[in-house]
Amino acid sequence: MLKISVNGTSHEIEADPDMPLLWVLRDRLDLTGTKYGCGIAQCGACTVHLDGQPVRSCQTRIGDVGEARITTIEGVDDRVAQAVQGAWRKLDVVQCGYCQSGQIMSAIGLLSTNPKPSDGDIDGAMDGNICRCGTYQRIRAAIHEAARSLA
Amino acid sequence: MLNRARPAHTSPTPVPSRRAFLGAAAAGAILIGFRLDPGGIARAASAAPDLSKVPAQPNAFVRIAADDTVTVIVKHLDMGQGNTTGLATILADELDADWSRVRTEFAPADAKLYGNLLMGPVQGTGGSTAIANSWFQLRKAGAAARAMLVSAAADRWKVPAAEIAVENGVVRHAASNQQARFGALAEAAAGLPVPQEPRLKDPSKWRLIGKRVPRLDSEAKTNGSAIYSLDIRRPGQVTAVVAHAPRFGATVKSVDDKAARAVPGVVDVVRIPTGVAVIAGDTWAAMKGREALKVTWDEGAAETRSSDTILAEYRDMAKRPGHVASERGDAEAGIRGAAKVLEAEFTFPYLAHASMEPLNATIEAAADGKSYDVFAGCQLQTVEQAVIAAVLGVTADKVRLHTQWAGGSFGRRATPGADYLAEAASILKAYGAKAPVHLVWTREDDMAGGYYRPSVLHKIRAGLDAKGAVTGWQHVMVGKSIMIGSPFEAMLVKNGVDATTVEGASDTAYALPAYRFEVHNAREGVPVLWWRSVGHTHTAQAMEVFVDELAAAAGVDPVAYRLSLLAQAPRLSGVLRLAAEKAGWSSREGGKGRGLGVAVHQSFGSYVAMVADVSAGEGKLKVNRIVAAVDVGTAVNPDVIHAQVEGAVGFALSSVLRNRITLKDGVVQERNFDAYEPTRMSEMPKVEVHIVPSDAAPTGIGEPGVPVLGPAISNAVFAATGRRLRSLPLDTTALQGA
Repeated sequence: MLKISVNGTSHEIEADPDMPLLWVLRDRLDLTGTKYGCGIAQCGACTVHLDGQPVRSCQTRIGDVGEARITTIEGVDDRVAQAVQGAWRKLDVVQCGYCQSGQIMSAIGLLSTNPKPSDGDIDGAMDGNICRCGTYQRIRAAIHEAARSLA
Repeated sequence: MLNRARPAHTSPTPVPSRRAFLGAAAAGAILIGFRLDPGGIARAASAAPDLSKVPAQPNAFVRIAADDTVTVIVKHLDMGQGNTTGLATILADELDADWSRVRTEFAPADAKLYGNLLMGPVQGTGGSTAIANSWFQLRKAGAAARAMLVSAAADRWKVPAAEIAVENGVVRHAASNQQARFGALAEAAAGLPVPQEPRLKDPSKWRLIGKRVPRLDSEAKTNGSAIYSLDIRRPGQVTAVVAHAPRFGATVKSVDDKAARAVPGVVDVVRIPTGVAVIAGDTWAAMKGREALKVTWDEGAAETRSSDTILAEYRDMAKRPGHVASERGDAEAGIRGAAKVLEAEFTFPYLAHASMEPLNATIEAAADGKSYDVFAGCQLQTVEQAVIAAVLGVTADKVRLHTQWAGGSFGRRATPGADYLAEAASILKAYGAKAPVHLVWTREDDMAGGYYRPSVLHKIRAGLDAKGAVTGWQHVMVGKSIMIGSPFEAMLVKNGVDATTVEGASDTAYALPAYRFEVHNAREGVPVLWWRSVGHTHTAQAMEVFVDELAAAAGVDPVAYRLSLLAQAPRLSGVLRLAAEKAGWSSREGGKGRGLGVAVHQSFGSYVAMVADVSAGEGKLKVNRIVAAVDVGTAVNPDVIHAQVEGAVGFALSSVLRNRITLKDGVVQERNFDAYEPTRMSEMPKVEVHIVPSDAAPTGIGEPGVPVLGPAISNAVFAATGRRLRSLPLDTTALQGA
């Protein structure tokens, strides 16, 4: 039995320690806001936070999570998260929207450590998140917008 | 209408026979008039129905609740193109609804009520037709509902209807100082007769159409609450992952499922027509179970060629006479008498759609045991319903489709054989429908699963006279037809020519005095399909790069050269001029590793020009900026149009730079995003979009931004380096030393 903390709630999970956190969230806890895209940490759709740091949940073994606090798109609510989600809505970033949970989790991670990112910083933090609809121009603008609203 | 719990759909859906949809024989009578034609509008203009004659059906398209919520019923799939917002905008404007109270809901499958008016009696989304086919239908529905609310208010207040005004969800009679919100009138309005010819607004009265309105899906798609097909969780559902054949056309010979069944969580292993399904309690267990499965395949009928071999065969075929798709004048004679002759070859690889959400569906038997519910990103509902029904041995009305948000599609979710949905139904059947079945394709299944944009070869020869004018143009194309071999062949393939394959070239708007276009239909085992902008994905590259070459050979500015050939095409000329002006074309400097290139193209009734600004040389290529001009008639949601063109650039850029699906001895080599890498943030150019003002009826913009990107970039590379990169993806190694 593994004990994990997700969005401030603790859960006991009966699972193979090799099971990726992604599938624990989606299939055991029905937290489907975190998406499956590639399973090999190439697309970032599955990005969640472990103790505030963005990680790819498809490559995170549930057995390795330990006592780290897991935060998913359903659980983000701090000032940075609100600024990011607000900017995403203000600029209507989304198209199909499937990758956007992961994009938002990466953007929150970026702005939490770097409140005024340059375009180069955004490239560095966001290059691991694929958006097949190609919403990158608006993602970039929304990150700048969120940074402005946090200043 | 208005306050009914669900839209009425008591009318029986036509039930196509199994043979019509699945058989190789000619389609049945039910399909007459079915134009499964992603290029529909422009091509079928003469035969297209008069969309303004559609009846007013408020009951089918809008519901108003007592709490003032206005729910617009969306008959199309929204895979990101924003049509839920667009369709709601059209109806809400005529209704004078309060936008903040507008919601949407995906319609059930019902071809009679929710058919795509440009596809005949078939419900489906494709060919950038969602807004175009719905324009009058939703205006009339909104206007009729508005008139009914006004009548209800007039009855209640005993005042003349003509004195009543409606604004922002409020019905008001100024003289008697009475007003009511929609919700208070909905029930009374619902009992009134539906006006058949409600007066539509004059465009000067539009409050939402043509303005920026917030997308209706932004909130749910930014907080994790939007439910996509893959997020469906039915009580007691099991998850299935399928072992598919490694080569197209192979079938299961034998299965050893002992180890798979021993994997914790695996509940069953079943054989189905497309492979072997491992059924488990969750996705991870199903995937582990599949890894443990041992399947022997019968590859007797399988495709075993490599893509290189297939392309070499195309080159042989191109030397023989093909089917003539279009001809005017004597192209050969024109070329014989030319002062200068140019020749070029363009090749295109197979491309995977690679939507972010891999294919999936959930299907379950209803409590009655005789009908079924399906939850998926349904894109071609009428076909999907019929195919699923045929697999399960019931009539189509026993299959209820629940369309969900789709994480992309780019054409992939609309297959004439409803492939992945048929697979889900087959698993449910083989499993004895003991529980809801949630079928999941992994990324590898999705990418290696075929239904690609066809691999294509173009060969062009053209002659110029001493002044640089075209004397003749001969064009040969080879590729696998999307429609030949499908149930729609009889309808959509004429004299060996599949319109979805040759569109954008055989019907070129350029005033070429002598033109001949021949097509060869390759036969191969690789399933092919439309991919965002279909034939235009390759025809625009061939046409627009070659025209650029002619301009260069003639020593004429590429914009001026095109304009001279487009005198009879004002909307194409219009976008071309606008893009050139906004990009600073006339003051550009070429060469020295930086350059601008242009392309203009018509597709799906819309017109798009792009100017690309690139830095190129020493084997490197960077796209700095794209300036686009579009003419889509009336711009219903200008911001969504901007977004679709920005997105078209981001989507198509990786296919210009690197994406290809290759076969080695029949086995697909690219199976995930490491080998087939979409565009990433750091590669995204700045995109600027300009909309040509127009009062023509709206056309689509989901696809038309895609075709021009490749040729604009190729032509910019030529301007920067003097080197012509024709084929896609661009071979940047040819820029060594440039």
